Amino acid sequence: MQQIVNFLIKYRNFLLFAFLLFLSLVFTIQSHSYHRSKFVNSANFLSGGIFTAIDNVSTYFDLKTHNEQLLAENSRLRQQLLNTRDSVSQKIDTSSFGTKFKITTAKVINNNYSHKDNFLTLKAGRDAGIKQDLGVITSKGIVGIVDKVSPGYATVMSILNSNSQINAKLKKSNHFGILVWKGGDPNLVDLIDVQSKAPVKQGDTIVTGGKSTIFPEGIGIGTIEQFALDPTENFYSIKVKLFNDMTNVGHVYVIENLDRKEIQTLEQETRDEQ
Amino acid sequence: MSNSIIRNTLRFIVLVLAQITLFNNIEFLGYINPYPYILFILLFPIGDNRALLLFSSFLLGLSIDMFTNSGGMHAAASVTVAYIRPWILQSIFGIAYEYNAVKISTAAYGERLLFISIMIFAHHLILFSLESFNFSDIIYILKKTLFSGVFTLTLCMLFITLFSFRRK
Repeated sequence: MQQIVNFLIKYRNFLLFAFLLFLSLVFTIQSHSYHRSKFVNSANFLSGGIFTAIDNVSTYFDLKTHNEQLLAENSRLRQQLLNTRDSVSQKIDTSSFGTKFKITTAKVINNNYSHKDNFLTLKAGRDAGIKQDLGVITSKGIVGIVDKVSPGYATVMSILNSNSQINAKLKKSNHFGILVWKGGDPNLVDLIDVQSKAPVKQGDTIVTGGKSTIFPEGIGIGTIEQFALDPTENFYSIKVKLFNDMTNVGHVYVIENLDRKEIQTLEQETRDEQ
Repeated sequence: MSNSIIRNTLRFIVLVLAQITLFNNIEFLGYINPYPYILFILLFPIGDNRALLLFSSFLLGLSIDMFTNSGGMHAAASVTVAYIRPWILQSIFGIAYEYNAVKISTAAYGERLLFISIMIFAHHLILFSLESFNFSDIIYILKKTLFSGVFTLTLCMLFITLFSFRRK
């Protein structure tokens, strides 16, 4: 017994070090896997408050760009509205609005893009109806998926994150693939596993596919920058240039698919029966 | 003694705030950020409680992790350099370290530079290895360690020179 106590006293610094290192490695490993319980994240009162304070100052620098983005979106929507061919025959049934998708706006208060796993922090959380796994977009294209939520704040797993996998397709032909990011340039992402029969051409548009319950179909992602067949010659891997400037994201829309639960329950039942 | 506690607590808070408000947003050339919060570990009083240094370094790293959503990478890197600090000090300063006569801010320029660069590169290497978590990215890790390390080193040397002038 005496020896054990002596041992503990003699190596107390090493034991403390080993314990703390173990703890931080556990946190690190958790952060590398998708949606594990993560204790250390920026969706909390303290970091949210500090980020809001910083954002209150820095938001002025980007005000002009954000205003221009909003104007561009407004004019595009107005154009769609005014150019609807026959406003009488295409009666818009307002009672059906918002039954499939619910949209909430939020302000981005923190954004990184230089790491391998990047996150954004939103100044809107559970109280504003934001939940885990909702899609986040801007007027130009997709941004990411909601990761952790606290009463006042939420973190978003950016598409610039090595754990991010988003179903996407060619706008022209409906051939789909998986959108991933391998690090490096924050304007380029990779679209992998596209069938080699797909008519891929430089400059073509990539949009979200309808296969995921997170994003609605047809949200813009980017254009094809370059493409190549993988070594097995069965699949294309495509470099996609994003519509969004991920280094300057101000206001975002959070999209909730209200049918999601129903779809998932159904799929789960089908899987269980097999 | 209490003066030292206050000074170190203040340094902790100021460095964390500066890191998250300013240095995390530099993104020089798209991916190079300096991490001068490591100054806290470098300047922690020598010969003081080692357990306290380990624990406060862990808290320091964890606070940075909380703001960058990076799990426990900064905490792991900070705890490790805090743990190896005595051996690095001993091998560089030798006999002066054993008599507790070393002060980083007043040490000779060459020895100070050597000590700080070893600590910074060790810290950054661990940090970026944990960030990419993949040995096939070794070139990326080394590149990032080198560039960010030089950036941090410059800032650290600058800050030490600036803030130790008064106390001479």
